Amino acid sequence: MQIVFLLEQVVNGLVLGGYYLLIALGLSLIFSVGGVVNLAHGAFYALGAYVSLEITRYLGFGPAMALSPIAVAMLGILFEKYFLRRFYDADPILSLLVTFGLAMIAEQLIRIVWGAAPLSATMPAALKGPVIIGDFLFSRYRLLLLAVVAAVLLGVWLLLHKTAFGRVVRAGIQKPDMVAALGIRLQPYMTAVVMLGVGMAAMAGGFFAPITIVHPAMGAEIITVAFVVVVIGGLGSFWGVVLAALLVGVVRGITIHFVPAAGEASIYALMFLVLLFRPRGLLGERIEKFE
Amino acid sequence: MSTYNRRSVLKAGAAFAGASAIGFPAIVSAQADAIKIGHLTPLTGFLGALGAYAQLGIKMAEEEINKAGGVMGRPLAVTSEDSVNPATAATKAQRMLDQDGVAFLMGEINSASALTIMQVAARNKKFFMQIGARSDALRGKNCNRYTFHVDIPSAVMVNAVGKALVRDNMMKGKKFYTLTADYLFGHDLASSAKRFFAANGGNLVADELIATDVNDFSPYLLKIRQARPDVVCSNLAGNQVTNLIKQYSEFGLPFPIVGFNLNTADAWAAGEGNLSGTWPTVWYHTLDLPASKTFVDNFTKRYGKPPENHAWIEYISLKMMAQAMNEIKSTDTEQFIAYFEKETQFDILKARKAYFRPWDHQLMQEAYPFTVKVKGQAKDKWDFLSLGGAVPGSDESLEVLAMTKEQNPCTL
Repeated sequence: MQIVFLLEQVVNGLVLGGYYLLIALGLSLIFSVGGVVNLAHGAFYALGAYVSLEITRYLGFGPAMALSPIAVAMLGILFEKYFLRRFYDADPILSLLVTFGLAMIAEQLIRIVWGAAPLSATMPAALKGPVIIGDFLFSRYRLLLLAVVAAVLLGVWLLLHKTAFGRVVRAGIQKPDMVAALGIRLQPYMTAVVMLGVGMAAMAGGFFAPITIVHPAMGAEIITVAFVVVVIGGLGSFWGVVLAALLVGVVRGITIHFVPAAGEASIYALMFLVLLFRPRGLLGERIEKFE
Repeated sequence: MSTYNRRSVLKAGAAFAGASAIGFPAIVSAQADAIKIGHLTPLTGFLGALGAYAQLGIKMAEEEINKAGGVMGRPLAVTSEDSVNPATAATKAQRMLDQDGVAFLMGEINSASALTIMQVAARNKKFFMQIGARSDALRGKNCNRYTFHVDIPSAVMVNAVGKALVRDNMMKGKKFYTLTADYLFGHDLASSAKRFFAANGGNLVADELIATDVNDFSPYLLKIRQARPDVVCSNLAGNQVTNLIKQYSEFGLPFPIVGFNLNTADAWAAGEGNLSGTWPTVWYHTLDLPASKTFVDNFTKRYGKPPENHAWIEYISLKMMAQAMNEIKSTDTEQFIAYFEKETQFDILKARKAYFRPWDHQLMQEAYPFTVKVKGQAKDKWDFLSLGGAVPGSDESLEVLAMTKEQNPCTL
């Protein structure tokens, strides 16, 4: 019986890992291409939740989940154009400071617009409740979330590996100078990558809103975990981030099974171990411009 | 002799003269003017939403008092800030006393921050009205003579809900599974709960500590399902309670869930249809009393939403301080302590008047267990809680739910 319980935690951890993945993948992409650690990434996650809440009010749950990431991705264009663009070649500390500042401003703006009190997002009644398969219990809503994450993941992978767009982006990660020498401007690609990244964060915010509560500091809460996932996975590696997100979810679940109080600490312990034995991250590639 | 050049001496002299002409009278006139009050409450983090209500409540009391002519002919000036965390709370409290010249301190919701402010109050021998933090330890082993506590302590909340459970046949011989917030307040709640279970035949099968930054409870819910308890019980605080009950309803676990702490803002955030079970509260806006209704009407008119229990408690706390200052005609710490310690009765918009117990400085007042209305009965999104009768009952002493002198290690 013990082993079944443990397995249940592993599967549940994988589901949760999928949600981490939505946030971490964008963070990793933006860092890999632009060399900017986007500490404002959590703000887009929070905005995604708030915007989805507003859209749900008028159009219902389904349209909100689809439209909120698109709306926030549009905001990402402005973010890239007026802020990130100035820092690609600058000292990383500058972009850290700017995005950190932006995250705080965004949080306060949310507080001004929507108030400090948490808002309630509810999932459609049809998606609520458990699905019991054999001895396993799943939340119906989270299974749907897992399917959405898998679809998004497949889409992003195809985009990066099977299209001309993806080839330029991947080349831009490894050898931006060579890309420039070939006469390709990386600028529009960067805009697209930022849109994609913050759009995914917004999607995570929208989907997670009915599970928890929507409140101004939700972005600040998630950014640390997302960052840990990116560091464990290794910069620039698509599969590294996927592997790390799932691993973080599973390690947290297993730890809670045995030592509940250490649940949140376990992911930092995991990061510590990975950095100790493999500073580049699990599947991190050697990236010239960061060496 | 001539190392000081003439010009710099002149400058220094002018600066000094300027300071005495502008600076000192400013301080004097400020003293003759408003009575400054330092107010700290969390505006960020898992208790931030409650702090926002706290600010609205104290602000409304300040406006009402000032409109009626202030206190001793002087207006009140409440400076309210985010207490952030225990260390920052202490720094800000010290700064308010040293630099802002506040007469006394008020506020808090977070028990850990309340503790550090209490230490600042004691060190500076200044009065602190600790309004919203509920940990037993604050009025127990950490109590001090400069601090008075308004909100109901964890022991009272546990006893209020526990008695309702005993009445509903959900205590004796039942298996309890508790989830406890891993900080001062949660631990306090858990030890009060354990004491109640032991005394009333409840059987605690597991108690899990939950870090205060947990927002996904799914692994814990799976463990609960495996343990098959009779009752699940929350010793959590702030928006963690909301997250727990939402996810509990998402996973559709069959065991009844109750809790020893839930603020109404967090209940509202969970939304109708997610909350179930029995919970305690110190006050609710549907309380059917004229004074309470007037307050609710005024608050709703002013802010466009009904007051949460933290808005109410801040409101009555500043009113109590105003009553105290009007009667002792002073803002002196020792006189405050003497005034409150003589069990002065205060109207706190409840059926019975409240008073501070002199030996642990805890306000003795009514509390209420509440349950959730049947779906469809709520008039609006704030109306889905159904308030039970006041505890202690009208024929009992207000002190029956509170810790006794034997249970409480407080010595002032």
